Amino acid sequence: MAYSFDFSSLADYGPVLAKGVAITVELIVVGGALGVGLGIACAWAKALGPRWLRPIVSAYVELIRNTPFLIQLFFIFFGLPAVGVGLTEMQAAILAMVINLGAYACEIIRAGIEATPRGQFEAGSSLAMSPIQTFRHVVLVPALQKIWPALTSQIVIVMFGSAVCSQISVEELTFAANFIQSRTFRAFESYIVATVLYLLLAVLLRQVMRGLGLFLFPRRRKTT
Amino acid sequence: MSLITITEVRKSFGQNEVLKGINLDVAAGEVIAIIGKSGSGKSTLLRCINGLETINDGSITVAGAQLAPDEVHLRALRLKVGMIFQGFNLFPHLTAGRNVMLSPMVVKKVSQKEAEAEARVRLEQVGLAHKFDAYPDELSGGQQQRVAIARALAMKPLALLCDEITSALDPELVNEVLAVVKKLAEEGMTLLMVTHEMRFAREVCDRVVFMHQGRVHEIGPPEEVFANPQTAELRQFLGQS
Amino acid sequence: MTQFSTWDIVSNLLLAARWTVLLSILAFIGGGAVGLVVLYCRIARKPWLQRAANLYIELFQGTPLLMQLFLIFFGLPLMGLDVSPWAAAFVSLTLWTSAFLAEIWRGCVESIPKGQWEASSSLAMSFFEQLRYVVLPQALRIAVPPTVGFSVQVVKGTALTSIIGFVELSKAATIITNATFEPFTVYGFAALIYFVLCWPLSKSSQLLERKLNVAHHHH
Repeated sequence: MAYSFDFSSLADYGPVLAKGVAITVELIVVGGALGVGLGIACAWAKALGPRWLRPIVSAYVELIRNTPFLIQLFFIFFGLPAVGVGLTEMQAAILAMVINLGAYACEIIRAGIEATPRGQFEAGSSLAMSPIQTFRHVVLVPALQKIWPALTSQIVIVMFGSAVCSQISVEELTFAANFIQSRTFRAFESYIVATVLYLLLAVLLRQVMRGLGLFLFPRRRKTT
Repeated sequence: MSLITITEVRKSFGQNEVLKGINLDVAAGEVIAIIGKSGSGKSTLLRCINGLETINDGSITVAGAQLAPDEVHLRALRLKVGMIFQGFNLFPHLTAGRNVMLSPMVVKKVSQKEAEAEARVRLEQVGLAHKFDAYPDELSGGQQQRVAIARALAMKPLALLCDEITSALDPELVNEVLAVVKKLAEEGMTLLMVTHEMRFAREVCDRVVFMHQGRVHEIGPPEEVFANPQTAELRQFLGQS
Repeated sequence: MTQFSTWDIVSNLLLAARWTVLLSILAFIGGGAVGLVVLYCRIARKPWLQRAANLYIELFQGTPLLMQLFLIFFGLPLMGLDVSPWAAAFVSLTLWTSAFLAEIWRGCVESIPKGQWEASSSLAMSFFEQLRYVVLPQALRIAVPPTVGFSVQVVKGTALTSIIGFVELSKAATIITNATFEPFTVYGFAALIYFVLCWPLSKSSQLLERKLNVAHHHH
């Protein structure tokens, strides 16, 4: 039995797809930036922060890493209003992504911090820098450089995860595909187009991260 | 009046007492070599003076400021004494110039322009003005150590602590670093150095401290300590090296 | 309106969680089996097989699991196969898992020193025999921690099957929420159940990894 593909009926929905792509990009740019920020803060807390803070951060990290993103998203979007915290779809989606990425980024970045030689901390202290100054100016950049590829992969994973934001009616790429298939009854074609777009977005995202890496770490480690 | 006053300092790691009551006064401009076997506590003593290790008992005062384990006192102390490490500890992501500029800008809030000017002067002082834009991994060990000295000097310390600063260097690179230290000594910098370079200690230092089993075992001008050791331990130590 | 006690909520979630567990186990076993085949292709000494395996891995790792689910759920019927949400869920999770496991295992196989291949081939073993008797037994040891670690991703991945209508833990949570109007409690408990399923796996993966590292240091 042969199925005849028909992508032509999708042609009218270019703008819908474009909007979907734009919102997916918005989600990953905002969520990615804030998530990495949260990850840095948590990594600092876990590796170097005050002792009382460490178990709290650990609990957060373990909780997030051991529950599905979908449930985190639903809890934030449907659950939080029940205790008086109402969020728009977009806010809920971004918050969920930030919290999710923050936990994974925390563990990744912490590994980078812990790989920092002790002498770097001591050099910072001996130059009268405070622990925070040493962290920010001496430790952080080489640590991030070390784990940049792992962090990039994680951000790509979070972007793929953002597909479920369609379930709370965020009009991102998957939502667009759902919408188009409901109008055209061309489900397979709709999702193939969306999948290809995700594939391209992932390639693009990796390139952007690579460029960002070159900008943040102008010094490439000698590979000899 | 002495610049650094060390009184009855004790330091233990667990059950192991590494410093068993150290007393030492260092006058401004004095150059002191600390010698002794590994494990005699000499590096620990330097690290205590810089607050990298907290002391269990006794006191350390630098230019009237007493060492206390809290952040404010530690930083006040570290503004007065710089430290050079065996392993250089340059920041790998910054150029030589940036390594020197960082702390003045971050800690003393010096403007970038001033910091850069200062860094050029300091790198010139250690003979590396032309390496301002080189990254640490583009420099030889000796050059890295000289950058580390320039970096410490940029904070305008009253004294420098040198912790076996030539021990990690290939033999042919030792002299370029020692030449810089010698020049600093001649310019009047107060120096406290843990070293294995006996010839250097003899030529440059005002006093030599021999440490043994956590105590100052012998102390005196190099000509006395080296020519006429009073104890069997020192005789044995000098015989070996 | 009927009142639902907390126990009603929890017990219904737990009943649904059985499907999460079952789907996870089946997908993990299926994914492991397919993953072995992909692994074999990936390291076989035939360039076209390697390339095909690479493409397979990159496709499944390089696109969202949700898209894979949709494509299989909507795509298989087009080929004349009538699939239930359950079957679509199983097939797509199996394929997705196989790609990740194959890639994890490839890393383990490649960490076995070249000398082992050379030694075994000098003993006139075929490629398959080298793999079966020399390389895999060694690779297996280091493969255990990351494999156990990935099982957590499989359990969490099953949550997506709720979107195509398979009634497992997440779908049950949504159904129960719609009946009770207590999203905070329901999703909170659902998260807790996932945590109870996943955390022991995460933790044992970490412990196994540490044990392996210690063992390595003692060599």
